[in-house]
Amino acid sequence: MSSAMYQRMRGNPKFQALVAKRGRFAWTLAAIVLTLFYGFVLAVAFSPASLGQAINEGSLVTYGVVIELFMFIFFWVLTAYYVKRANTEFDVLTQEIVQEAWKEHQ
Amino acid sequence: MHRLTTLFTRLNLGLGLFACSAIAWAGPALDGTTEKQATNWYAISMFCLFVALTMGITYWASGRTKSTADFYTAGGGITGFQNGLAIAGDYMSAATLLGLTAMVYGQGFDGYLYMMAFFAGWPLILFLMAERLRNLGKFTFSDITAYRLDQGKVRTMAAISSLTVVCFYLIAQMVGAGQLIKLLFGLDYNIAIFAVGILMMVYVTFGGMVATTWVQIIKACMLLCGGTLVMILAFSQFGFSFEELMSKATAVHKLGPKLMTPGGLLADPVTAISLCMGLMFGTAGLPHILMRFFTVTDAKEARKSVLFASGFVAYFFNVIFIMGLAAIIIVGQNPEFFEGNTIGAKLIGGGNMVAMHLSKAVGGNMLLGFLAAVAFATILAVVSGLALAGASAVSHDLYARVIKKGEASASDEIRVSKIATICLGFIAIGLGILFEKQNVAFMVGLAFGIAAAANFPVLILSMYWKGLTTRGALFGGYSGLVSAVMFVLLSKSVWVDVLGNKAAIFPYTQPALFAMPIAFLMAFIFSKSDASARAKEEIDAFEDQYVRAQTGYGAATASNH
Repeated sequence: MSSAMYQRMRGNPKFQALVAKRGRFAWTLAAIVLTLFYGFVLAVAFSPASLGQAINEGSLVTYGVVIELFMFIFFWVLTAYYVKRANTEFDVLTQEIVQEAWKEHQ
Repeated sequence: MHRLTTLFTRLNLGLGLFACSAIAWAGPALDGTTEKQATNWYAISMFCLFVALTMGITYWASGRTKSTADFYTAGGGITGFQNGLAIAGDYMSAATLLGLTAMVYGQGFDGYLYMMAFFAGWPLILFLMAERLRNLGKFTFSDITAYRLDQGKVRTMAAISSLTVVCFYLIAQMVGAGQLIKLLFGLDYNIAIFAVGILMMVYVTFGGMVATTWVQIIKACMLLCGGTLVMILAFSQFGFSFEELMSKATAVHKLGPKLMTPGGLLADPVTAISLCMGLMFGTAGLPHILMRFFTVTDAKEARKSVLFASGFVAYFFNVIFIMGLAAIIIVGQNPEFFEGNTIGAKLIGGGNMVAMHLSKAVGGNMLLGFLAAVAFATILAVVSGLALAGASAVSHDLYARVIKKGEASASDEIRVSKIATICLGFIAIGLGILFEKQNVAFMVGLAFGIAAAANFPVLILSMYWKGLTTRGALFGGYSGLVSAVMFVLLSKSVWVDVLGNKAAIFPYTQPALFAMPIAFLMAFIFSKSDASARAKEEIDAFEDQYVRAQTGYGAATASNH
């Protein structure tokens, strides 16, 4: 019964579109986080001095601190962006797919 | 044997475990002695208030905990916001508050870096896992790994690695709790251990996930409020100017201008990457964290949970950063907080007391009492979450699915989980007393390592890779478990520091970078080479699982109340 439902959903071009679009979106965001984070870790490991430079002459606030604060905020903004798109655009599409599979069934 | 015992005693780093936070970091130890302090009545009365409140909630929750779904996942009816707070409550342990403040106080930038590593796993959990977890799982994460594979074998494996993670994490939390309570409340170590163990048993057995969730939520609110209050009071002494705070801190700190430069913490690239992988993927493999994804109504709420949880965690880490920096001046320049009233001598109560001293300095005994109560509540909440996850592995996976093959009645299953909780409680008390005088820092590292190497690879492969078969999952899971344990055992933190050997056999302290590829590789090789008919069926079953993972059709729904 549910296997037949899954079969119909899989056959719906909208399902393929959803999977492709959401997958690309999620992996892009994941790649951004991984690149920035591990890039930062490598910078810490190989070039700590450059992160220890002050952002302004006479200031004691370093690049490392500013970049980290930026990452905290930026990663959270990405999280919010994903939730927004997934909970509206992608969920609407998902509902359509399930409903169409139901209609076909009746 | 005698030699071993003396070594253990000598190596007792007391609260070192909090400084070492969630991993076995072998860097400069922020160790502290754990002599009893004068009884703080503010702390005790505030803590009693917390216990009374949570007991009331447990009583209320016990009336609402009837089905297995109520017990394991609060009926799946928790909202995204509530669950976000509860996840933050589960994730931010006393180590976060005390250990990380101490780390910023001692090492400046490195402490901040460490917090980033703790945080960065959350966005990834959202992008790659949250939705599929909710759509495929019901009560435990092995619902997902065993979805299309051999129930008995895969669940047994998942339960073994879950229980291993839970036990190591519990020991670390219990020993830490005992030491902390002795310090903060002036209670005897054994009394403290029993208090934590028994309260935990009451919350979980009577209130199940409903009570556990509310304990987490209340504790998260207390932690966020307490931290924010201390931060504001401390920051106000610098006119809320970050620049001024920095210049004053740099001027007095022993690291001087190097305070805000990455230091020795992650100097070795291999250790740095391995540590970050362990924290990132370990988070995504901790059974008590994964379980929280099944308490919400649907994938939509699961996503929101991560949004709120990561927001609270990120906010709180930045609060801690400012607290640590302010403490460099407010605590570090006040002789009152040092032994013998000499600045630069040992901090009273040990390195982990920085946050506590800061609260006393800016808010007097009352704020100190509040923060101490928060720390105790924090331990209780984390321990309860762990016990519930461990008990579910026993009752839902081992008892209901492996032993009874899905034929167990709901009331039997709940009874088994309650018995399992009580057993886990006594095991935790026993181990807590047994390990009192030992350095248990490596155990949290081990818990994260096992979660990253045994739970995470099989879980992510079962959701993403069609080709995974039972044989591959078993080899992947068990090899990840064994290799993570072996690497930690042979590393400096156990082989040298605990067992007293001269040199470590495995040169790095962090297992993730090495154990994770082993698990993935084994899962891949033994799935690919599996030509059995059963393997073919399992691969074919992926298609339906994939549609359910993507759409949530057929997912476990919230039960009605």
